[in-house]
Amino acid sequence: MAHEHKLEIFRGRWKFKSNTEKIWGVLAFLTLITIVEVVLGIYKPDVFMHTWMDPLEGGFFATLGNIILSPIVYMKPLNLIFIVLTIVKAYYITWDFMHMRDETGSMRKMVVWTAVFLICYLMFILLQEGGYVFNVYNGDDALIKHNF
Amino acid sequence: MDSTVASTGTEEKTWGGGNKPLRASYGKLMMWFFIVSDALTFSGFLAAYGFSRFKFINEWPIADEVFTHVPFLHGQELPMIYVAFMTFVLIMSSVTMVLAVDAGHHMNKAKVTIYMFLTIIGGAVFVGSQAWEWATFIQGDYGAVQTNGGNILQFGEYVTVDGVEKFKRVSIEDLAIAQESDRVDHERKNGLWFVDEGTLPLYTVDEIYAGLEANENVLVRNQFLDENGHKTVLSRAESLKQIKENGKLVVKGANLEVNEYGTTLFADFFFFITGFHGFHVFSGVVINIIIFFNVILGTYERRGSYEMVEKVGLYWHFVDLVWVFVFTFFYLV
Repeated sequence: MAHEHKLEIFRGRWKFKSNTEKIWGVLAFLTLITIVEVVLGIYKPDVFMHTWMDPLEGGFFATLGNIILSPIVYMKPLNLIFIVLTIVKAYYITWDFMHMRDETGSMRKMVVWTAVFLICYLMFILLQEGGYVFNVYNGDDALIKHNF
Repeated sequence: MDSTVASTGTEEKTWGGGNKPLRASYGKLMMWFFIVSDALTFSGFLAAYGFSRFKFINEWPIADEVFTHVPFLHGQELPMIYVAFMTFVLIMSSVTMVLAVDAGHHMNKAKVTIYMFLTIIGGAVFVGSQAWEWATFIQGDYGAVQTNGGNILQFGEYVTVDGVEKFKRVSIEDLAIAQESDRVDHERKNGLWFVDEGTLPLYTVDEIYAGLEANENVLVRNQFLDENGHKTVLSRAESLKQIKENGKLVVKGANLEVNEYGTTLFADFFFFITGFHGFHVFSGVVINIIIFFNVILGTYERRGSYEMVEKVGLYWHFVDLVWVFVFTFFYLV
């Protein structure tokens, strides 16, 4: 079996001479991301602690806009940054450590699309439901009192 | 490849058989299938965690106040540091694993051995760290009082450090004033022989109340978050009233039933998800050890391929991948 590796990352902007070199390069990149995460997690800069945008008010299109912009409207920027960085890390672990980059396109899609689709579905259902239950507990017409 | 496939005269046709459209071996494909299904299990757990957190979004414990300990640095509050170290250890062991796979491609037995060994060490350090993290969490640090409704009331006082007013936590050990009590631990020898009772809490609520009354500047803080994401600190009168009227149980540390840091679900999910992940790391270490000995014995040298190292490598990287998400959702977000 031949083991040819694709040696460039960042869409060819960074090309390595050997596979070993690529591994260390990816490690450096992942470590950098983790350091950024930890520093942000410790200092929690004020700019990132409040949403940059309030939910749109109005009719159908405002609701639609809120759904499309939900990561900005409903999430603290800091958390959005953490989640994006996590997905970036997951990408490089899968692509370079698990050699997904070297597999055939159909194999890659078979694994990644299936998982991503099902996980998104699961996340959507459960988080939506969690938010709903929160409103049942804490809405204006809530039947449950929390004053003890 | 052709020599192993019976010639049917249809080799040129797509559906004639003997094709390997994914150009991956059976074992590797099955490992990928397992990884996808396991990824769904973990995302089920994490989504359930998200559900519970969204359900109690205004009272969820703040991770930075829970995981503040670092071994050998006793009494200092250093959130994130130790878990960042654990993350780095796991990524590093992923790197040695992928280096072992690479050495395997070059049929370099000595290098595969060394890198596999380093991977096992990394995994063991990680599992050990997780055990320590669990022990610290179970041990707890300041203690709290649980109310009739299951809410947590913690203690602290305002102090000024470098000109900034801060809410400094006060431990129940420093607060409680010991009192005479008739309540003794129920054991089989002094009560009903067929009934057991767990250990009694360190202090009774009355002892805590007496301590709170005696210390004028100590206030109670409940688990509800204000608009700045800090827990609500009650007034002095309200503090006394809450403990007096609603205090039920003194808790220290966390287990599946009580959690001094806030809602019990947080502890349940912490034990369940990091436990399940830790179990994966543990079984990964065991599998790595088996493969390590196979490498030493020359099994793969004789087989002519180190693909088995690649397969356990996939599993090991997956464990690392899961940790990246656990780290984000438990400690960062």
